[in-house]
Amino acid sequence: MDKQTALYPYHQANAKSMGEFAGYTMPFYYEAGVLAEHKAVRENAGLFDVSHMGQIALKGEGVINFIETITPSAFDKAALGMAKYTVLTNEAGGIVDDLIITKLADDHCFAVINAGCKEKDIAWIESHLPEGITLTCYDERALIALQGPKAEEILSKALGEDLSTLGYMRMTHYGDVWVSRLGYTGEDGFEISVLEKEALPLWNRLIDEYGVVPCGLAARDSLRLEMGYPLYGHDIDATTSPIEADLSWVVRKRDADYIGGEVVAAHVEKGVSRKRVALALIDKGIAREGVKILNADGAEIGALTSGGHSPSLNKAIAMGYVLSEYSAADTEVFLDVRGRKLKAVIAKLPFVEAKTKSAKTATNNTGKAA
Amino acid sequence: MSEIKYTKDHEEIKIDGDIVWIGITKHAGEALGDLVFVELPDVGATFDKGADFAVIESVKAAAEVYTPVGGEIVEVNDALPDNPEQVKEDMSTGWIVKIRMNSAYDLTDLMDEAAYKAFCDANA
Repeated sequence: MDKQTALYPYHQANAKSMGEFAGYTMPFYYEAGVLAEHKAVRENAGLFDVSHMGQIALKGEGVINFIETITPSAFDKAALGMAKYTVLTNEAGGIVDDLIITKLADDHCFAVINAGCKEKDIAWIESHLPEGITLTCYDERALIALQGPKAEEILSKALGEDLSTLGYMRMTHYGDVWVSRLGYTGEDGFEISVLEKEALPLWNRLIDEYGVVPCGLAARDSLRLEMGYPLYGHDIDATTSPIEADLSWVVRKRDADYIGGEVVAAHVEKGVSRKRVALALIDKGIAREGVKILNADGAEIGALTSGGHSPSLNKAIAMGYVLSEYSAADTEVFLDVRGRKLKAVIAKLPFVEAKTKSAKTATNNTGKAA
Repeated sequence: MSEIKYTKDHEEIKIDGDIVWIGITKHAGEALGDLVFVELPDVGATFDKGADFAVIESVKAAAEVYTPVGGEIVEVNDALPDNPEQVKEDMSTGWIVKIRMNSAYDLTDLMDEAAYKAFCDANA
């Protein structure tokens, strides 16, 4: 029997398509359908249940140093309350998981990890945990993502708080309600961590009183694909380094004193033989994960790791890995879809312009949560 | 006189002499969700009974369409790749291909409307 989130009663009553994802029964889409849900997020506001993801805290003196040993990112100078997208690396420089870590205090960080990686991540972190640092799992919490241009206005009203002062990639709290201004859709928005018993009332209120459109995992997937955001287990995994995965921006320059750091540093210095790229189809069709990427001579140069229809662009888009010599934008390639060779070009990311709030927005909010 | 039959793979077919129109049932259309592309075979291509001859791409997955009869494709619905949602319409506009049955055909495993409805209810 698959696990359920606190919002399962709503999904069961309202989802038009449900299924298993990372061991949970999750909604794929509701009555409106994927395209309408996708559009609601781009134009108004949509609501996602992301409670299947793991919420954890790392606490103790020296926690920032510890995090800099399990991730390639720099957290030492990050402001309190600032969240960063990063990865956990393994000894081979591959990716254990991608995650968002928020520095709440010099001795306290909050992190959200992928549902399918929860147990692995926790075991991984615990196996490296130094004396004096503790890991806490917030199993009693749900996580709701409110995403879209109307998100700030709606959440401000719903919580009775002024969220215009909360900057992008910042976290604050209102009692037991922890609010982070971020998401995985490319739109402005928030991830709201609440106690499980508060989840359904908040979810229903956002839908019933503010007309927010509930969205399933299918729209979440098409939204992140348009932004070129990687999906763990597909676009990135234990065998892809952050450099191959085109995530070099998460890698700090100062040192390589983290797990697998020497491998990643060598990738930075010497380059990599393959790279994650975005592709836009020229020919009609849909190309999905697993499709082989060919050069003009028909030789295999890589494979897709994600792909589908972009509702915003009304065309097919994809991501995948190609040999580095084919990774430049506008390079023409072919996708072998059931024997048909569909023409595509390497595209620049994002496919759709990000509308996340500027990270430079002034904020007085500091990390107060938990 | 043509008649409408249904398959266990949720194809809807119209038999008109030796020409068989193949589409998908309303039930299948609803189950697929939002559609984004239909990949059609070439006119003149031949398929064995049970072979997949077209692919309907929804936002979530690719669904193959199977032919319940062997034969040669004589016409394809060219409107579908650009208007994939049209495949959910009635057979008059939502047909995918017309196939000329070869001599060795067997329609005994096809269902009529009542039998198909019972089949869907039983598998709901």
